[in-house]
Amino acid sequence: MHPAERVARESYGKLVAWLAASSRDVAAAEDALADAFAAALGTWPTRGVPDNPEGWLYAAAKRRLIDAARHRAVVRDAEPRVAAAAEEIDEAMRENADIPDRRLGLLFACAHPAIDPGVRTALMLQTVLGFNADRIAAAFMVEPQAMGQRLVRAKRKIRDAGVGFEIPASEDWPTRIGPVLDAIYAAYAEGWRDADGSEGAHREFAEEAIWLGRVLVRAAPQDAEAMGLLALMLHLEARKAARRDASGAYVPLKKQDVSRWNEALIQEAETLLFRAAGLRSIGRFQLEAAIQSAHAARRRSGVTDWKAIVGLYDALATMTASPVVLLNRAAAVAETGDAAAALEACDALSGALGDYQPWWALRAHLLDVLGRGSEARAAYAEAIAREHDPAVMKFLAEKAAGGAATVE
Amino acid sequence: MKYAILVYETPEEFAERDDDAARATYWGAYTAYGQALGQGGVAAGGAGLLPPQTATTVRVRGGSRQVLDGPYADTKEQLGGFFLIEAADLDAAIAWAEKCPSVTRGSVEIRPVMTM
Repeated sequence: MHPAERVARESYGKLVAWLAASSRDVAAAEDALADAFAAALGTWPTRGVPDNPEGWLYAAAKRRLIDAARHRAVVRDAEPRVAAAAEEIDEAMRENADIPDRRLGLLFACAHPAIDPGVRTALMLQTVLGFNADRIAAAFMVEPQAMGQRLVRAKRKIRDAGVGFEIPASEDWPTRIGPVLDAIYAAYAEGWRDADGSEGAHREFAEEAIWLGRVLVRAAPQDAEAMGLLALMLHLEARKAARRDASGAYVPLKKQDVSRWNEALIQEAETLLFRAAGLRSIGRFQLEAAIQSAHAARRRSGVTDWKAIVGLYDALATMTASPVVLLNRAAAVAETGDAAAALEACDALSGALGDYQPWWALRAHLLDVLGRGSEARAAYAEAIAREHDPAVMKFLAEKAAGGAATVE
Repeated sequence: MKYAILVYETPEEFAERDDDAARATYWGAYTAYGQALGQGGVAAGGAGLLPPQTATTVRVRGGSRQVLDGPYADTKEQLGGFFLIEAADLDAAIAWAEKCPSVTRGSVEIRPVMTM
């Protein structure tokens, strides 16, 4: 990897956050930074990489920003701010100081309640992690142009409405942290869907989401839900290798070879969950992590305690009222041996989840177990029609062809 | 930054302005809010508006003037007044908007004021 690329990867969000913090103009900071990276790619190979590449990029980008502000100064009274900014870079260069890390503030700005919830994750992926709009659009299955416009609108809102980059005060923390956790988890979920790594960008979303989770836990060691989220992501990540067999076929959780789970990640997740429990502030992510922890226990005991998992889903359902949680609960109920009750619970969700692949897949499985073969096959066909991952499609097709006796 | 705090009130709130039993509470709350903005050092102007029944909407279409009785949009909550405040960022503006008397019944909209 080229040094400029490496610095870009490690420093992008840090530089955007710092450059945009006073003006709140994320788009201008990104443009200035892009110019600075282009300049770095032009000069570093011949003149060598500077001792402090981050500081170099910061100074170059800041100069671009100041030039751009001077152009605008004719109409807007920007001169004093420009002068202050110039002083700031001189000082930074004199001291050769590290760029303070304001990424967490940027993260809070991206997930601010004043920002459209539908664009928060994409905005975070772009501004904090440096993914370009095309890659984000591909992951979210949105037209690149539409994604680009949504991102532009959101950045304008941050700038024009004056969304601050401050880390919320303790009294505001509980209401502000939720959307940040949701946005990070959505980024993780985007990456997690693509377990075989056929599209690198997706996998990177998962790794970067975990990295953001770590940043958040370091910054807010008092927040039990931040720990819960990180524990949840680590538990899921620990099973990455086991989600495909040697031939690349999809392996559902209960069939996974536990020896292929990553013990270090599981241990880290368990430690976090234990620490979070000590804070006595239960929440959605801790419960989700606890469910994954219950699954992880199989690597020691050889069995899964489905009754305990149903109980955790009950608690989660009370907290979130989410139909997806109820669907997962129904799947766990089926594993305790009561397929009829599970099917009843599943059918009750047809209105909310009738267009959701996992709803059809569970329904098909339950019909199959209950000996209603032709209905099961029809339901599998509906599930396959709603799936995009070829490995999962193949898995569902095999289940549809094989019937309950051979698959379960 | 300068923000406008636009106060959208319910018909009940507009009615309270002239209601003998409710008038004192209604106006007392706005007086206290105005004082709080002043003491907080953020007040930068504002005005109360007479109710929507007094509104007249004007449009010019194809060169001809149309004058209509009533506010431009027939919604349940109507603009009842606005405050201008000077605040560090949107969160600071939200914190002030949240103290506005109408916030528990009507809606309070925050708009950044254009800089010329």
